[in-house]
Amino acid sequence: MIARALAALGRPALGTLAALGRGGIFAGSALSHLLRPPFYAREFWLSCIQIGWLSLPVVGLTALFTGAALALQIYAGSARFSAESVVPSITAIGMVRELGPVLGGLMVAARVASSIAAEIGTMKVTEQIDALVTLSTHPMKYLTVPRMLAATLCVPVLVGIGDVIGIMGGWMVGTGRLGFNSATYMKNTWEYLEFWDVGSGLVKGAAFGFIVALTGCYYGMNSGRGAQGVGRATKSAVVAASIAILAANYLLTEVFFAA
Amino acid sequence: MIEMQGVQKSFGPKVVLRSVDLTVPRGESMVIIGGSGTGKSVLLKCILGLIQPDGGLISLDGQDVRTAPRDAFLARFGMLFQGGALFDSLPVWQNVAFRLLRGSLKRPQEEARAIAIAKLRRVGLGPDVADLFPAELSGGMQKRVGLARAIAAEPGIIFFDEPTTGLDPIMAGVINDLIREIVVEMGATAMTITHDMTSVRAIADRVAMLHDGRVQWTGTIAEMDETPDPYVQQFIHGRAEGPIAALR
Repeated sequence: MIARALAALGRPALGTLAALGRGGIFAGSALSHLLRPPFYAREFWLSCIQIGWLSLPVVGLTALFTGAALALQIYAGSARFSAESVVPSITAIGMVRELGPVLGGLMVAARVASSIAAEIGTMKVTEQIDALVTLSTHPMKYLTVPRMLAATLCVPVLVGIGDVIGIMGGWMVGTGRLGFNSATYMKNTWEYLEFWDVGSGLVKGAAFGFIVALTGCYYGMNSGRGAQGVGRATKSAVVAASIAILAANYLLTEVFFAA
Repeated sequence: MIEMQGVQKSFGPKVVLRSVDLTVPRGESMVIIGGSGTGKSVLLKCILGLIQPDGGLISLDGQDVRTAPRDAFLARFGMLFQGGALFDSLPVWQNVAFRLLRGSLKRPQEEARAIAIAKLRRVGLGPDVADLFPAELSGGMQKRVGLARAIAAEPGIIFFDEPTTGLDPIMAGVINDLIREIVVEMGATAMTITHDMTSVRAIADRVAMLHDGRVQWTGTIAEMDETPDPYVQQFIHGRAEGPIAALR
């Protein structure tokens, strides 16, 4: 009875550890290929367009509405202490440190990790990955490395643009609904914002981009057979990327800002 | 010459290849027949290194394929996959010229495109197909493009995995004739796996029947028709009754 209960606990724990190990080996292999030629420039640029440029609308809209809602919430909270003047600075700090990178990362995870997993998973079940190998092309170099590099470089840019749009969202609500003077709002925003507030968010963006591409490629390459296998790989990629982003966000926040 | 000695492969508890011994001499067209799930595709993939065998030895011209320099080894092969396995994101000509656009066989883009169009013409497709994407082609056209890709770099060895599956009889006949012509024309060594007996008769110099993880029988087409082997006779005549059904 006790042995069975322990086995029931141990099995998923071992399964999780094994999955983490496989993911770690996959990441190590991808990084080692990143440093060795050949490099596929065309694949890299296409990935930059797919991951960066085409994610801009969804990240921008997310940032806009988040910045606007954040300004309203901070106003409602700060009004209890007659400290409404903090709205611009707290909105900006909240956006660039946390909400910009985290929500941007999650939106990219939903859009990009799913698409990468589905694309590579379909390639696997239709033997396109095998075809790549027979054509003397390493799938890790051709499929994984360009996507990981593109995501790691593009997501911080998306986060930076999202930060600006989010602050603008706060400004629109602040000046349009909460009665702030436009110049004062902008002055308070920039005055209290420090370089590392923005820099830490961009570093988080790079880490989240890496996670998104890594999980998408990993689950795609390990996709099961048929439509169900690809569907499961896609779902798992989004879930794993989202959880990994939230966990990495906590760890990075501890590293960057713990007293 | 491709030589397999005692090749074994299992997936978990399922033994697919028990001990395969087979020799394919240079320039010969060998067709492997056998029921579904007997490991025909697994055998081809073991030779190419897409699947690692659990045991046995596979050699190409006397060299163990595991120790052969990977790029140079793969450059000797062309493969037509069952579903074509064309890259959806690339136009037809870039699929055909894939090997010529990168790696050790890289050519200037214009030259690669010209070779791709010539190979497309060789398989009966016009230059107007070159800029289409695979999703815009019929199944038969996709097979032809796959065939053009397999021969684009003029490999010495070509593998055909179920080349006529999913095609109507006329298109299957066209593909069979193309394979035979190309193999003879290029003097290539060919290994084809198929269930289609019309393909076997059109393509094969020799036939090997895989059953229960072993090579059950090998011989020429004429010998295949004459052999008393009950497994071969049941398979080539498509009989429901016989030793294969009894073992399932």
